[in-house]
Amino acid sequence: MRVLKNNMLNNLTDEKIKFLEEKANDIRISIIEMLVTAGSGHSAGPLGMADIFTAFYFHILRHDQKNPEWPERDRLVLSNGHICPVLYATMAHSGYFPVEELLTLRKFKSRLQGHPHRDYLPMLETSSGPLGSGLSQAVGMALADRMDNGVSGNKFFYCMMSDGELDSGQSWEAIMLAGKEKLGKLIAIVDRNNIQIDGYTENIMPLEPLSHKFESFNWHVEEIDGHNFAEIVSAVGRAQAVFDGPSVIIARTIPGKGVSFMERDYKWHGSPPGTEITGEPSKDEQAKIALHELRTLGGQIKSEHE
Amino acid sequence: MNKMLNQSQKLNPKLWDKDIEQVPIRNGFGEGLLQAGEKNKNVVGLCADLTESTQMHLFKNKFSERFIELGVAEQNLASVASGMAAMGKIPFISSYAMFSPGRNWEQIRTTICYNNRHVVIAGSHAGVSVGPDGGTHQAVEDIAITRVIPRMTVISPCDYIEARKATIAAAELGGPVYIRLAREKTPVITTDETPFEVGKAQLCYGGVASVADVGIISTGALVYKALKVAEQLKSENISVKVLNISTIKPLDVEAIVNLAKTTGAIVTVEEHQISGGLGSAVAEVTTQGNPVPIEFVGVRDLFGQSGTPDELLEHYGMGESHIWASCKKVIGRK
Repeated sequence: MRVLKNNMLNNLTDEKIKFLEEKANDIRISIIEMLVTAGSGHSAGPLGMADIFTAFYFHILRHDQKNPEWPERDRLVLSNGHICPVLYATMAHSGYFPVEELLTLRKFKSRLQGHPHRDYLPMLETSSGPLGSGLSQAVGMALADRMDNGVSGNKFFYCMMSDGELDSGQSWEAIMLAGKEKLGKLIAIVDRNNIQIDGYTENIMPLEPLSHKFESFNWHVEEIDGHNFAEIVSAVGRAQAVFDGPSVIIARTIPGKGVSFMERDYKWHGSPPGTEITGEPSKDEQAKIALHELRTLGGQIKSEHE
Repeated sequence: MNKMLNQSQKLNPKLWDKDIEQVPIRNGFGEGLLQAGEKNKNVVGLCADLTESTQMHLFKNKFSERFIELGVAEQNLASVASGMAAMGKIPFISSYAMFSPGRNWEQIRTTICYNNRHVVIAGSHAGVSVGPDGGTHQAVEDIAITRVIPRMTVISPCDYIEARKATIAAAELGGPVYIRLAREKTPVITTDETPFEVGKAQLCYGGVASVADVGIISTGALVYKALKVAEQLKSENISVKVLNISTIKPLDVEAIVNLAKTTGAIVTVEEHQISGGLGSAVAEVTTQGNPVPIEFVGVRDLFGQSGTPDELLEHYGMGESHIWASCKKVIGRK
């Protein structure tokens, strides 16, 4: 059990950054392997969010893998459930369940449902998939905790969201309520990768100026490079230090990060490796290329698996 | 005292009086929530800008620190409640039935039911008896859309006393609960002593074991009209049994099948679309347990409109004359 008193978020050392970078790469490899075995699922979002999930599960969150229901844990709500491969992979690599189980993704009777479902994996904070509902639930959790523990409780409530789901009205209902209630323990992380299924976000439904929108709802706003561990951790630290209102971290991420042919391409939003897409590598080569790039860090090192 | 009334139900002795006390069913929710809140400090109230109208103000006034006002945002209402339930609270959310569970059905399905959270959804202003507000505010589809969701308990009280008991009971159930409430003043047919148990139907008229010519199965405020029709038919030497279905899900299958066996003909009476509501639920179980002819009294695939409650109940075929005619018709089909 973690010590409750000292819940300060420590800054990263160079060694820790290197450790996190390697973990994130292992998690990306697992994501590709899971998607290939499943034969369906989302690629771009999970790869793009691998660094942020790694930072949370290996540094930021106060949690206990051996006691997932520890009442004093921080809560992490995944709102955009379709990026669950990154949630599952990060949880497995951090010790919640065996890494081998990741290959059951989307299979009949698997704990790793196509979109997260607590019936099958009770250690999840919520079931999700339909977009726009996660922030409301995180707001509810933070409100309940404030009723019990006042404004200086120990827990933080994190909500991972996509930029595309900000199209939904319910997201703004939750944003408005969090601002009204001045929920200082609530920190939303928006995966600002600029893609959604039908195309680029600013063509489908423009969100900019996104930071201004949040500010006008009385939120504290951080904008960061979502692949820079030092920035991720220091932004969360600053958000934690904001006492009298909710914070949002708008994390600029590269969808498909780490796999060259997927990066910045909305066509990989909802497709797994092994999908016939015009102009992309042949579907039989995609997984091989993706794994090769990840294992060699884009050719920087020689893969030990080859 | 009327001999045909089921004495074990301890119904209002003034049931047949012209000046029978009338109280809105929603008032029972307000009083029940206040009592549930006094009993359990985890009970919290959430409302979407209809606090007084749904009678949640009684709870708000006493427990302001356990009340959250969300504004006109019913989707947020459902999901915030889910998040609070995840932290051990017992949220009661209230609005008009048309907006919750109407507007926020998917949030109720996914964030409350799929997550198996103990949230109580109170939908006020159900039925056409909402009156002058018109069709946009008259929920006649809410039973159908709630009972179809796995895990959901659906309660439809017949008067304000039953609504109070249902609200207190809902705080002690697990999982999601929907309580259907009506706006208008409704005759008080039960008493504090009337037995109430979630999942149990109450036979109000006729004996449990006795046979009769027809059985009426009703829910909500129309139970009173069903009882009046039973009394009218008795004077015509037609014997009737009346079953009050206060819990629509889980349905008291045994009581319904027993009614089908002892009467051989059923009329269902509800202030709701006949498709998907109480009548459909009854047909689902009788066709399997003991098939008998059924006539359905309810709204027939139409929207409501402005008018007085009585004008609307007559117009949409839910008046006493319609129940009476359906009883005659179903007996003829035996």
